[in-house]
Amino acid sequence: MGEQADTVPLMGFRAPLSAEIALARAAAGLSRLAGAGGGTTVPGKLLWKLDPGAVDRLAARLPLGAALVSATNGKTTTSAMAARILAPVARLAHNRSGANLVSGVASALLASRGAELGLFEVDEAALPEVARRLRPRAVCLGNLFRDQLDRYGELELVAARWRAAVEELPGETALMVNGDDPQVGDLAHGHAQATVFGLDDPRHASPTLQHAADSKWCVRCGTPYVYEAAYIGHLGDYRCPSCGHARPHLDVVARAVDLHGLEGISFELETPEGSSRVELSVPGLYNVYNALAAAALTRALGVPLESIVAGLQGFSAAFGRFERIALGDRTLLTLLIKNPAGANEVVRTLVAGDPPHVLLIALNDEIADGRDVSWIWDVDFEPLLGSLERLVATGERAAELALRFKYAGLPEDAIEVVPELDAALDRGLELTPAGAELVALPTYTAMLALRELVAGRGFVRPYWEEAAA
Amino acid sequence: MRIAVGHLFPDYLNIYADRGNIAVLTRRAAWRGHELEVEAIGAGDELRPGAHDLYYIGGGQDREQELIAPALAALGEPLREAVSGGAALLAVCGGYQLLGRAYRDQSGDELPGVGLFPLHTVAGDRRMIGDVLLECELEPGERRTLAGFENHAGRTYLDEGAEPLGRVLAGFGNDGESGYEGCRAGRAIGTYLHGPLLPRNPWLADWLLAQALAQRTGEAPSFEPLADDLEAAAHEVSAGRARTRGGRY
Repeated sequence: MGEQADTVPLMGFRAPLSAEIALARAAAGLSRLAGAGGGTTVPGKLLWKLDPGAVDRLAARLPLGAALVSATNGKTTTSAMAARILAPVARLAHNRSGANLVSGVASALLASRGAELGLFEVDEAALPEVARRLRPRAVCLGNLFRDQLDRYGELELVAARWRAAVEELPGETALMVNGDDPQVGDLAHGHAQATVFGLDDPRHASPTLQHAADSKWCVRCGTPYVYEAAYIGHLGDYRCPSCGHARPHLDVVARAVDLHGLEGISFELETPEGSSRVELSVPGLYNVYNALAAAALTRALGVPLESIVAGLQGFSAAFGRFERIALGDRTLLTLLIKNPAGANEVVRTLVAGDPPHVLLIALNDEIADGRDVSWIWDVDFEPLLGSLERLVATGERAAELALRFKYAGLPEDAIEVVPELDAALDRGLELTPAGAELVALPTYTAMLALRELVAGRGFVRPYWEEAAA
Repeated sequence: MRIAVGHLFPDYLNIYADRGNIAVLTRRAAWRGHELEVEAIGAGDELRPGAHDLYYIGGGQDREQELIAPALAALGEPLREAVSGGAALLAVCGGYQLLGRAYRDQSGDELPGVGLFPLHTVAGDRRMIGDVLLECELEPGERRTLAGFENHAGRTYLDEGAEPLGRVLAGFGNDGESGYEGCRAGRAIGTYLHGPLLPRNPWLADWLLAQALAQRTGEAPSFEPLADDLEAAAHEVSAGRARTRGGRY
């Protein structure tokens, strides 16, 4: 990435590798040997305990610096797209499996000897701390939706922390924000190096604001926004009728979007340097936003438009987000669900394709899933009912999920509660005709468990092996 | 029979899947041959005592609560009149707080309340978050449990002699100290429990529907039981969560 690389200050010295760093690296190997989930965060957690400042020093060794991606929805996919774009130009330290707290970033840094550029997705709540420690050269902020209120607290609190984190960023740090999200778009205000991205294609607007829309009130004066177009939740082209606060000017834009069911999407990517048609092999309007975010971020890192487009077009799927796995003569399509806005888009995408007759939904309530499962009642599952003949409800809170569909109007005899995931997978496959596809919608820990289960049957490699490949 | 429901500020107060509670009321009424008609009541709307048999108000984030508190307080007098005239009511989380006399937020500003429940709420530093299990006795001799999830910074203090909704078996409750949760005033119930509350506690949904019908006919009907196996299973898991990982005093 020629020109940009020259602007990165050369390091005057390299901090010596401390004993703690060596110890934590050894722990990664040990935890893999012990079968503890590939050692994704074990070494990072150890290092974080032994010497919190080591994260800063490891990051400072990256000659091309670090880029951060955060959002309620899409941070794993956005980073995976950015990684695909950046792979030909830089050796990356990247937390691709989604371990996105400080310890996960530390683990990725430990595991990536010789990396030139850090690319990290960061948990919304962890962003201020990670930004403070890494002094990133680019930060890309996607969206804020209600998510795991038991863990993050109210949306306003996260937004306030982001505002403070952005104010602390060095002036030369490139900031990319989604202008379609009123709270996030407003962060560009006052930052010199800000790029605003967004979607402009009213044909794909929802007729009304979705139930899961959150930031519906003007960030300045509290009046309800008027939407020229609302695309996903509260993301769209908004204007306050009272004080005039409106979506900022878009620098990186997606126009003329075509959705091709579950097969993919295409759109016109417009940047100040030119525009190009992008064909993506992942579905849904939400992936247009992810691609825009990845394009804006890599553009700021100096990647030319044609390389951005090539990277996006070569992208297939991020870990567990949209994965097709062949299981003998059937396929399993896994789409992660974790909060109302994200799950709504998954539902919208499924319905726009070939709507499923059999559905496996796995609801867990571990910390990473959110202990409060009330969010499933804010998801618009109703459009699925038209075609759904059988629901296999599984996971720790399978009964709660079954109730969600019962009270949506699915007949009780169409609902099977099978709390154990392996039995539920078998049942789902049994209900799926040979040659057909079983759609599974797991929450985060259920997705990990499902992947492990399928890997245990020899159908998919564990992700740490893929990462090493 | 038609049951008229007034849903207060659904656009602003809906943070904890409040529409799940409405869905449960609607279906369970329909399974008994009654039709729930839900009307949204927002800022500037009129609230006519006697026009509704049941009121519902959900929870919001601090910002939303601040935005609607004045408009809600302006409906205070007719709402109090409607409930003292016999209408049933369920208030959850933020709505519960706002139906008290006042809510003092973290910055010390006081939001006016409706004064329907004899209580006041003060925002604390630490949020009380976790699964909760209560024991209630809404009808003499009928002890039932309620399982839900709580997530609130507010500490709610009941006035001397006010009736709580239930005794906390596991979790924090109103203020994390008293051992009580929620408030009951006649046919009005206020609580921090969401989850949402009614799907996994269908007996309370039936109680509210019976109270709403009592407002209309003068007598609470006794409903035939429904097949509530899924509800019972969900209740059991939720109650177990409260016992093993609910908040501790």
